Amino acid sequence: MDFLFSPEEEAFREEVADFLEKEGPKEWHKKKVSFFDMSGQENWIAVHRDMSQKLGARGWLSLHWPKEYGGQGLSPFYRLILREELAKHHCPGYHSLSVDFVAPAILLKGSEELKKRHLPGIASGKVMWCEGLSEPGHGSDMAALETYAKEDGDSYVVNGQKIWTTYAHFADWMFLLARTDRQAQPNYRGLTFFLVDMKTPGITVNPIINMAGHHDFNEVFFDDVRIPKENIVDSVNRGWYVTMAVLDSERTSDLGYAIASTLLDDIVAGAREMGMLDSGDKVRMAELIAECEVARLTHYHVTYMQAQGKDTSYEAAMCKLLGFESIQHVAEFGLKVFRNYGLLSDTSPMAPLYGRISSCYLRSFGHSMEAGTSEIDRDIIAQRGLGLPRLR
Amino acid sequence: MDFALNEQQEMMQTLARDFLSDEYNDKMLKTTVEDETGNMPELWQKLAEVNLTGLAIPEEYGGVGDFLDLIVVLEEMGRACFISPYFTGVVLGASVIMEAGSEEQKQKYLLAIAEGKSIVTLALTEETGNYTPDAVSLKAELKGSNYVLNGRKLFVPDALSADYIICATRTKEGITLFIIDINIDGFSITPLKTVSGDKQCEVCLNDIEVGPDSLLGEAGTGWTYLEKVLQKANVARCAEMVGLSQQALNISLDYARERMAFGHPIGAFQSIQHRCADMLMDVDGSRFLTYQAAWRINECLSAAREAAIAKAWVSQASKRVMNSAHQIHGAIGFTQDHILHYYTKKARFNEFSFGDAAFHLEKIGTQ
Repeated sequence: MDFLFSPEEEAFREEVADFLEKEGPKEWHKKKVSFFDMSGQENWIAVHRDMSQKLGARGWLSLHWPKEYGGQGLSPFYRLILREELAKHHCPGYHSLSVDFVAPAILLKGSEELKKRHLPGIASGKVMWCEGLSEPGHGSDMAALETYAKEDGDSYVVNGQKIWTTYAHFADWMFLLARTDRQAQPNYRGLTFFLVDMKTPGITVNPIINMAGHHDFNEVFFDDVRIPKENIVDSVNRGWYVTMAVLDSERTSDLGYAIASTLLDDIVAGAREMGMLDSGDKVRMAELIAECEVARLTHYHVTYMQAQGKDTSYEAAMCKLLGFESIQHVAEFGLKVFRNYGLLSDTSPMAPLYGRISSCYLRSFGHSMEAGTSEIDRDIIAQRGLGLPRLR
Repeated sequence: MDFALNEQQEMMQTLARDFLSDEYNDKMLKTTVEDETGNMPELWQKLAEVNLTGLAIPEEYGGVGDFLDLIVVLEEMGRACFISPYFTGVVLGASVIMEAGSEEQKQKYLLAIAEGKSIVTLALTEETGNYTPDAVSLKAELKGSNYVLNGRKLFVPDALSADYIICATRTKEGITLFIIDINIDGFSITPLKTVSGDKQCEVCLNDIEVGPDSLLGEAGTGWTYLEKVLQKANVARCAEMVGLSQQALNISLDYARERMAFGHPIGAFQSIQHRCADMLMDVDGSRFLTYQAAWRINECLSAAREAAIAKAWVSQASKRVMNSAHQIHGAIGFTQDHILHYYTKKARFNEFSFGDAAFHLEKIGTQ
């Protein structure tokens, strides 16, 4: 048993912290921008892309990849440390959909050709990806998705619609899960994992504005979109298995607890400055500190399992659920502490913390939906973790 | 970062689990809860035979293992809802002596504890029931080179099965600890019946005169020792709660798999599954917090923050787990015949012992 990081890991943390202090966006640091709330910032996409390339240039987007593909072969704790520091320094640039979703899919199941073609762009932070999974009729019940890819010579032709496609409006590529067999039983055996250039003719991206007033996600229409066969990861009708193989990587990518802890620190500091922290708030603050600590250790535990090469399943769902719900609880606390001030919109000069309170609160409603709803996470914990029987 | 138990810890876990399943059962649990004194000489002897009474006591005083080994064992004791003077003797009494005792005192008392020959209890709380220095008011007055103790201690654990009592007193120097043979004249002990079956007592001291050799640590330094002991005791209580919660989850899962309603086992319903998922997160989270604090204590690193977080969270988590366990069991879990209520009661006892969630949240808030 050991609850500390190794000296090498601590040295890496220092290196990252130094770098982010110098190279992180100063304005964001001053405003204490939260990672999930970055789309509220002016010109944020450029800032995000710029930071992503700076991280890529340091080799920090491929820390735990095998060395033969340009990685450093380090333990997943390095990735975790990097993201803890990014959260602490209010820095963007870590595009999880590229780094922790499509990259592991390509590494695990992609052809040599796909690896050579796509991994360098992800590692450099220059090529950004979006995720084509959810559809209007199929969110939690993803295996039933209907967007159809029809074989046609050396390619597939895709028609259909995706929704809640985060960052599709600026992503360069998309990984797309589409149906290639409508007769397959069970239905998930008829899905294929494609890599799609977003510049391909026939793709239309329409914005969807979330309740915080920000543009993160989109609906994406496919109208006779032609994808060459070599862009299939693994093989036809194996898409479900590719997705499942990397879902835990996605679930454990974003550190909910780190975002939550930083936000909590910011709220408490801001409230102390304004003299708004009463004794009831302090008790709630202590509860939230404890909650973030539980989420943190749960995340360390799952990372430890990954470092040991052990399979994770329910542990990743647990980690995502606790982390993301802790952000919601902290965001609610922020609103409670600042009361009327907290509800001021981010354009109001009187809004505390540059309007981050209302904005983070409103954004936080999405946290129990994205990357799998909390209900699906609890199903996974109960069924895979505890072996309770399934009704479906 | 390493979350695994080492070989020694795994061995202790197996040892404790096997011991409890061989030597302790639901019937004994019931008897122990109802018994007034909590004396269990035969079982105690067996505990000593497998060295469990010497756990976390240094080898030179006849002990084995370290604080983490003890934590692993306490988790198993929680799992079995083991009501006994074990916590009092091995965690509480021994810790105070290890912190504050002279070489001679350590030789005398620790060896006897490790061999299973003595149980040493700690009399700390008084009328307020609080675990803070201002709650200690029992007077010890100088008479020549001796001290005379007068007053009343409340919620003293296992005083009826103890051989010695460590008494926190107020002297002109501050808080001062004494270790005294509990069988001498002047002690009157009244058991306070608890719902959990933990043996709590009122202990009245009437003109108890002791020599300076009874002093544990220097006069006035008592609280510095007690603070460290309370930190350990809280984390140790957490370990028991982790075991209690784990077992409450396990029996709830068994029940949810067997109990049929509307043609299905109730465990197939989402309302039950989601409760179970929350229970598992509470059990695992509690375990992580407990072991983090225990590991830091074991490594002699600062642990005030981690211990307070653990006690605050584990207390609340165990309450949620027990509430869900009852709801899953329905009416049967509400009966005296079912085992579940012992776990619920013991978990609540553990929460209030050495400061409840609110007390520790306050600590976190001021750190």
